[in-house]
Amino acid sequence: MDVEAMGREAQKYVWEGAIPLQIHLHESEVTTLPHPSPALVLAPRMGYLPLLLPLLKPHFSSTLPPGVDTIWFEYKGLPLKWHIPTGVLFDLLCAEQERPWNLTVHFRGYPGNILTPCEGEDSVKWSFINSLKEAAYIVNGNCKNVMNMSQSDQVELWHSVLNGNMETYQRVSSKLKLEKVGDQYVGKPNSNLLKSRTNTGETDTGGPVKTDKCFTLRDAVKALLPELFVEKTLIDEEIPRIELEEESRAPSDDESNTRNEEDVEEKQGENVECCCPSDDAETKLKLVRIQGIEPKLEIPFSWVVNNLMNPEHFLHICVFVKVPQAKPLPHDR
Amino acid sequence: MEPSHQVTSALLLMLSLRNGKGSTLFSLHGHGYLGQNHHGRGLFVTREHVHSQEDHDEKSHKGNEEPNCLGKDEYIDNATLVQSYRQDVRYFDFHIVYSASYRVPVLYFRTYSSDGQPLLLEDIEKELPGNSTNVLMESKWTFITQEEHPYLNRPWYKLHPCGTSEWMKLLFLTDPSLGGSQGVPVELYLSSWISMVGQAVGLKVPLEMFNKRKE
Repeated sequence: MDVEAMGREAQKYVWEGAIPLQIHLHESEVTTLPHPSPALVLAPRMGYLPLLLPLLKPHFSSTLPPGVDTIWFEYKGLPLKWHIPTGVLFDLLCAEQERPWNLTVHFRGYPGNILTPCEGEDSVKWSFINSLKEAAYIVNGNCKNVMNMSQSDQVELWHSVLNGNMETYQRVSSKLKLEKVGDQYVGKPNSNLLKSRTNTGETDTGGPVKTDKCFTLRDAVKALLPELFVEKTLIDEEIPRIELEEESRAPSDDESNTRNEEDVEEKQGENVECCCPSDDAETKLKLVRIQGIEPKLEIPFSWVVNNLMNPEHFLHICVFVKVPQAKPLPHDR
Repeated sequence: MEPSHQVTSALLLMLSLRNGKGSTLFSLHGHGYLGQNHHGRGLFVTREHVHSQEDHDEKSHKGNEEPNCLGKDEYIDNATLVQSYRQDVRYFDFHIVYSASYRVPVLYFRTYSSDGQPLLLEDIEKELPGNSTNVLMESKWTFITQEEHPYLNRPWYKLHPCGTSEWMKLLFLTDPSLGGSQGVPVELYLSSWISMVGQAVGLKVPLEMFNKRKE
C-alpha cells in the first residue's frame, strides 16, 4: 500500500473514531428514585460534547428538575471546555484511556465564570467556523476563503462534521483550497539544504534526498516545546508550585497548525515544569498522543498534519510530560 | 504645553498599571500608564468607570474632581469619587494580548460590578458612551465575542482580531512619515492601535501620548 493510500486509510480511521462514554447525571439534578442509569453513548472523536444533547435529553428528562437546560459536562470535577473536540478532551484528560470514559452531565447551574456560554448547536458551529477561519488566516494570511463560502456550502460543511461524513467534508472543504502541507526538510544549517539540492553528483533514488533530514513529529514538538528537550540540566532549588487543577491535567495540550513553514510558532504548554536534575534530554517527554494514537516521533510531520488533523484544520497534539515531585517545603513560622 | 485635562477626565478614565512589576513602555504623565507584565507578552490596564444610576450624563461627574493634594491636576483619586456618590461602580479590566495566529494585538476585557458579579454584554453596551456603540455597529472590523482568555483560561470578552491587520495597514499607509521600510516602532503601533480599538469600548488615548513621540 503506498503512502497516499495509507494516508487515506488513516483519515478514515480517525473520522470513524469514537469514544465510548458512560454519562452520569449529577446527583443534584436527580429528582426521582431510583437514580437513572447512566447513558451509554458513542461520541465521535471529531465531534463536540454539547452536540450529544439530543441523545442525552430523552434519557434523563423524566428526572430533571424544572427549568431551562444548559448542558455542560465535567470529568472528575473539572468542567469540560465544550469547544474542544471530544477526542482531544479524552486524549488529554484520560492518561490511561479508560473505556468507557465516565463523565458527569449537568443540565442546570452552568458555571459561567469558568466556561464560555454555550447556546447549543449554533455556538458549537460558530466556534468551529471561527477556528477554521483562524487556520485559514495562518495558512493564507487572510480568511477570505472561509468568509466567502456560500451559505449552502457552510451548511453542508457543518453537517458533514455533525454526522461524521468524511467524503462530504473533503468534497466541500477542498473548495477552500487550504493547501496540504508539503514534505518539509530541515538541514542543520540552511546552506546544507541548498547544497544538497544542487548537488548533481548525488545518486538520486527518487523520493526525499538522503542527505536532507525530514522534518519529523519530534522536530515539531521540539520546536513548540523546546524546554522539554533541554540538553544541559540545571539544578533548580525552587520547585514551582503546580496548581491542583493543572495536576489532574498533567499532560499539556498544544495546538499546531497546517502552516507550511519550518519555524513553527512556539506556544507554551500548560505545564512547563522545571528541569529534573540529572535527567537526560528526552525523558521529560513521556508521551505524544494524536487522535488517540501514539505515533512514532520519526514520522514526517507533514504526514501527521495532513492525515490526523481535525476538520477545523488544526492538529491537536497532546503531550504528557514528567512533572517533578513536589518536595515538602520547610514550614515558615 | 500642559496636557488637556478635559480629554481624559470627561470619561473619568484612568489607565493605571495593575501591578507594579515590569518596565513601563511609555507613560502618560501621571494619568497612569500601560506597562509590560513579566512575560513580556501582555499589557494590561485597569479602568474604573463610575456609573451613576440617576444620571447617565458623563459630564456631571466633572464637578466632583478634586485636584490632589500635591497640586498636580492630572491624577484623579477614584476612591474619593466613589465616596461622594452612592452608586454602582462598574469595573473594567482590559488586557492586551498578542495573537500568534493573527499576528496582531487583541483587546480582551471583562467587566463586573463592585460585588464581583460579572456583567452581560447587553448591559455593557448600555454602559459604553454612545460613540462606541456606533463604532461597534458600523464597523465591520470590530465585533465583540466571548472567548477564553488565552492565559487565564476564563471567559473574557474580546474584540475580534481578524480585521486588525487590514485597518492598521490603512492607518499607516495614509501617513508616509510613519513607518517606512524599517517598519513601525512598537510604541507607535500600539498607541495607534489602542486609539482605534479603544473607541469601541470607550477608552480614549490622551493626546500627549502622541506629542511625546515627536520630541
